[in-house]
Amino acid sequence: MTVLTIVLVIMVVAALWASMTTLLLRATIGLALSSAMLAVAMYSLGAQLAAIFELSVCAGLISVVFVSVISLTQRRPFKDIVKYRRERLTRFWPLPVVLLIVGIGLSFVHVPVQIALPLPGGDGDVRSVMWNLRQLDMFGQILILLAGVFGVLVLFKREDKNAR
Amino acid sequence: MLADIPHTLWFYFIFFVLLMIDGLWCMLATYNLLRMLIGLEILMKSVTFFLIVAGYLSGRMALAQAMVITVIVIEVVIVVIAAGLILGFFRKTDTLNVRATRDLRG
Repeated sequence: MTVLTIVLVIMVVAALWASMTTLLLRATIGLALSSAMLAVAMYSLGAQLAAIFELSVCAGLISVVFVSVISLTQRRPFKDIVKYRRERLTRFWPLPVVLLIVGIGLSFVHVPVQIALPLPGGDGDVRSVMWNLRQLDMFGQILILLAGVFGVLVLFKREDKNAR
Repeated sequence: MLADIPHTLWFYFIFFVLLMIDGLWCMLATYNLLRMLIGLEILMKSVTFFLIVAGYLSGRMALAQAMVITVIVIEVVIVVIAAGLILGFFRKTDTLNVRATRDLRG
């Protein structure tokens, strides 16, 4: 068993924990752990720049956004959480079983994969690909970021009750 | 190297499928809007992972990284906008339950 296999298993287990745990704060921590493990897997596969993006943005920034929203919305008393936990368990207990069966089943089944891959070879530096080959993507990213900024300004603004 | 590719692809494909099922289940089996967003995040992670695997196996890692960075930027904007929408919904209805959206006008 290689280190990459262990990292991928932790990634799936963390994602499973994120979807099964009752408390949303724990789910956010599970999601961040899953992102961090994905970043490690990316780094070991040779995608260093994408791994840094994944770690800083997905494990960092998105977790902060989730924690902020949870702190602004959660007002449930502990008694309700215990009741809610039982109700959730009935919907989520098959998930680990399904994942185990699918994982074990797929590792034993061998489907012949007929794919025509190009010969491995360098395709240049990621920066030159981003700035020279995928210029339209960069333009789209800038537009989407601007749309996101305007969206945040509109959606996170508190309503003024005396406006009317 | 090339002979190993189908086996390696199958190995990574298993983890891709597991993450995909996890994300889909998380989105479908819950009534909480924030948890649905977490499910969407897990789905996006599986896609990101498979893009990197495709780049690794085809030897075009620079192109795959450029794609993944684009995906991550769009993912962040989606999460922030969705979080704002959820917050607005909570301020109006005082709940995160998706069944409360039935009361919306329109």
